[in-house]
Amino acid sequence: MDVPAIEVRDLHKSFGTVKALDGLDLTVRPGEVAGFLGPNGAGKSTTLRVLLGLLRADSGSARLFGGDAWREAVALHRRLAYVPGDVSLWPNLTGGEAIDLITRLRGPVDKARRAELLERFELDPTKKARTYSKGNRQKVALVAAFASDVELLLLDEPTAGLDPLMEAVFTDHVRHAKAAGRSVLLSSHILSEVEKVCDTVTIIRAGRSVESGTLDQLRHLTRSNVAAVVTGDPSVVGVLPGVHDVVTAPADGGTRVTFDVDNEHVGGVLSALGGLGVHSFTAAPPSLEELFLRHYGDELPDAGRAPSTNGAPAGVAASGERSGR
Amino acid sequence: MSAVAAATLAPSGTMPRAFGSTLTGTWRLVRFMLRRDRVRLTVWVLVVTALYASQLGEYAVLADDPNGLATRALLMRTPAMISMAGPGYGLDSYTVGAAVANELVLWIVLTLAVLSILQVVRHTRAEEESGRSELVRAGAVGRHAPSVAALITVLLANVVIAALTGAVLVSAGLPAVDSFAMTAGSGLAALVFGAAALVACQVTEHARGASGLGFAVLGAAFVLRAIGDIQEEHGSVLSWLSPIGWAQQTRSFVDLRWWPLALCVVAIVLLLLLAAFLASRRDFGSGLVATRRGRADAYAGLDGPFALAWTQQRSALLWTSLGLGVMWLATGSILSALPDMMETLRDNPIYSTVLGEGDLVRAFIGIMGLYAAFGGAGYAVAMSLRVKAEEESGLAEYLLATPVSRARWLGAYLAVAGIGTAVVTMSGVVALWVGAAGAGVTDPTFGEFVGLGAAYLPALAVLTALAVALYAWVPRATPVLWALFGYMFVVGLFGELLGLPDWARGISPFWWVPNTLVQDVEVADVVGLCAVAVVLFAVAFAGFRRRDVPTV
Repeated sequence: MDVPAIEVRDLHKSFGTVKALDGLDLTVRPGEVAGFLGPNGAGKSTTLRVLLGLLRADSGSARLFGGDAWREAVALHRRLAYVPGDVSLWPNLTGGEAIDLITRLRGPVDKARRAELLERFELDPTKKARTYSKGNRQKVALVAAFASDVELLLLDEPTAGLDPLMEAVFTDHVRHAKAAGRSVLLSSHILSEVEKVCDTVTIIRAGRSVESGTLDQLRHLTRSNVAAVVTGDPSVVGVLPGVHDVVTAPADGGTRVTFDVDNEHVGGVLSALGGLGVHSFTAAPPSLEELFLRHYGDELPDAGRAPSTNGAPAGVAASGERSGR
Repeated sequence: MSAVAAATLAPSGTMPRAFGSTLTGTWRLVRFMLRRDRVRLTVWVLVVTALYASQLGEYAVLADDPNGLATRALLMRTPAMISMAGPGYGLDSYTVGAAVANELVLWIVLTLAVLSILQVVRHTRAEEESGRSELVRAGAVGRHAPSVAALITVLLANVVIAALTGAVLVSAGLPAVDSFAMTAGSGLAALVFGAAALVACQVTEHARGASGLGFAVLGAAFVLRAIGDIQEEHGSVLSWLSPIGWAQQTRSFVDLRWWPLALCVVAIVLLLLLAAFLASRRDFGSGLVATRRGRADAYAGLDGPFALAWTQQRSALLWTSLGLGVMWLATGSILSALPDMMETLRDNPIYSTVLGEGDLVRAFIGIMGLYAAFGGAGYAVAMSLRVKAEEESGLAEYLLATPVSRARWLGAYLAVAGIGTAVVTMSGVVALWVGAAGAGVTDPTFGEFVGLGAAYLPALAVLTALAVALYAWVPRATPVLWALFGYMFVVGLFGELLGLPDWARGISPFWWVPNTLVQDVEVADVVGLCAVAVVLFAVAFAGFRRRDVPTV
């Protein structure tokens, strides 16, 4: 088997008394698109900076392509491209100049690819960087990253400033990168974004990985919120497998029922609802915050202690912690 | 809380057409700025007050010596001292008061002007550039409120300083009216520069550019006044073009007149009107000149940190060299008048006993060389600290994520800053020579001018290396470098007068540099400076290699 593109073992990093990373594990295999999911402040950016050799880990190992991220930083950087979470650019350079500078540092530039990316991302390269919005600065870094011929892309919340249209363009290019055999580490706090493109997901909380695996393995994490207005008696829904937290209330033309359902049981719910005379129906994926609340029963904490990773049964945590909201 | 806010905001809402509408919230901003700057401003006030107190102590010592003030007056007639003091009122019967007014006003105005320029830019253009004032302006705050509030805080600071230092002078037994006229005049002259900085803030988009323009105006005022006063005792027309001159022309403690201060008031009002006029003609966040479009792709050479650093620093280098160069050119052009002045002084018997037989023209040019080196020193500190700004803004992180080693990145910025420092220093002495040669001065020669500037390069390397070493190990401590710069200035110009011990003067790298026009170069000193610089550079690179980027 090939050497992993990224291999992090038991990584610790503190800033003064603040523990940013507390025993993090993370593996990205070659050609894999890995999601790196966690709430703000969980340590995602710190991990990326350690991987880039910008921060020195207190203990544990961080390796890229088998090489030490700190000691062999320069050589490793030839093989990767990075998009920072908060892109700042040199104020007196234009976007085009910044792209050229960054890509040239990594090696020869494919002009046609650059032009195509500029067009796809609808970026005007002649504007001075200081006049760019956050989204446009992000596009500059994305174009510079996708235009480089590298084996690994490190993307720190790359879609935070992009509109949905550009997000689709971005997703497209991540798929291209995967097709070209590149590895991608995509940090995000939006579950649906990770679901769209990633093969594997690592969830990080308070500096420690709490779940990791393929999307299928993590399927139990993904549940949809359903809201429907029906004419019949919705109590039959409550007894179906995989349905949680049913709430009913009278509504115009029938009864409003809201509940969560495990994605693997959506089919059963749909056929049950079908018999009740549906007036309206919405289903939405859960936010990461809800997921954390449900699984780890925490209030998006600052505490250093991470919960156990063995995963308490979902329903238990749900009934126990929901009352607080 | 919200009830209070509503109550104070209500009146402004009920008079939408009043003049006050563009000034709504001014007082609240003033309080906020004073809160932000409470430490900063306190330090400034204390430093200026201490400056007065220490100078008064010195004059008291002079006054005890029967010949003290008379010989001092003689010294004050030499061009070198005129350039560093005033127009020379009351030199015929020099008193403590006359000495304070003649010698101190220049430095007080310079200090207060720097304070005023920095404060105005800090609270207007810098806030706009960072985007913070977008938050403030989105509140119930008028368009001109931040600018007016900034000016009010500067005015308050100057009033407090004028009152305190005036009291210091009175407590030393000087006449009250003249004392407060002098301190108030110094404050007013400084405010002219604050107002000029506000105009600069409307013109440029960048805080750095705005304070640069402000300092350029201050530099021009400094040079005009010096040249004017050297040309003619009590000042020529040129002196009257400088706000510093206006403060000095009040003739405090000699024959007080108030009307020159009216020039300050008129200048302030005109500058404020100009600033308001420009401000209402530009968009928030932009300068008067719209940002032009640039290249769609980078020039072929922009492929590494050195080229990048050069791209970022070249305009600063151009404008600094040009601005200082014009100053030195003008200064050089008065050198031809020096020998005649010296001759008239030489006839005086006390003169030779005080100053010896040394070549005063060469001594004077040596001091001009020191000034030119200070231009280089300021540039060295400002530019070597650019790496810190790069790191704080996240740009260092972005670049170091590419195959660029830390040593190469730091080395590139350092090299560009170092080359720039040498260019600023050497172009200064060359401009001095061009001005002098144009006016017919043949001695000292071009080579001697170049040697005068070159002698400072090792000391400038020490300063640069210290800046980078601090940045690498203790980035938060880098403001200390500006304190060192100020200290070097004090040692360079007043070290002798203040009677500082050698070890204290030796802290200044410039103390180890001779005036090559009258002294020999000590090889040991040059080697020592170079060795210190090399060690500090090594320490800097070793430290930067091992620390976190960014350091949070």
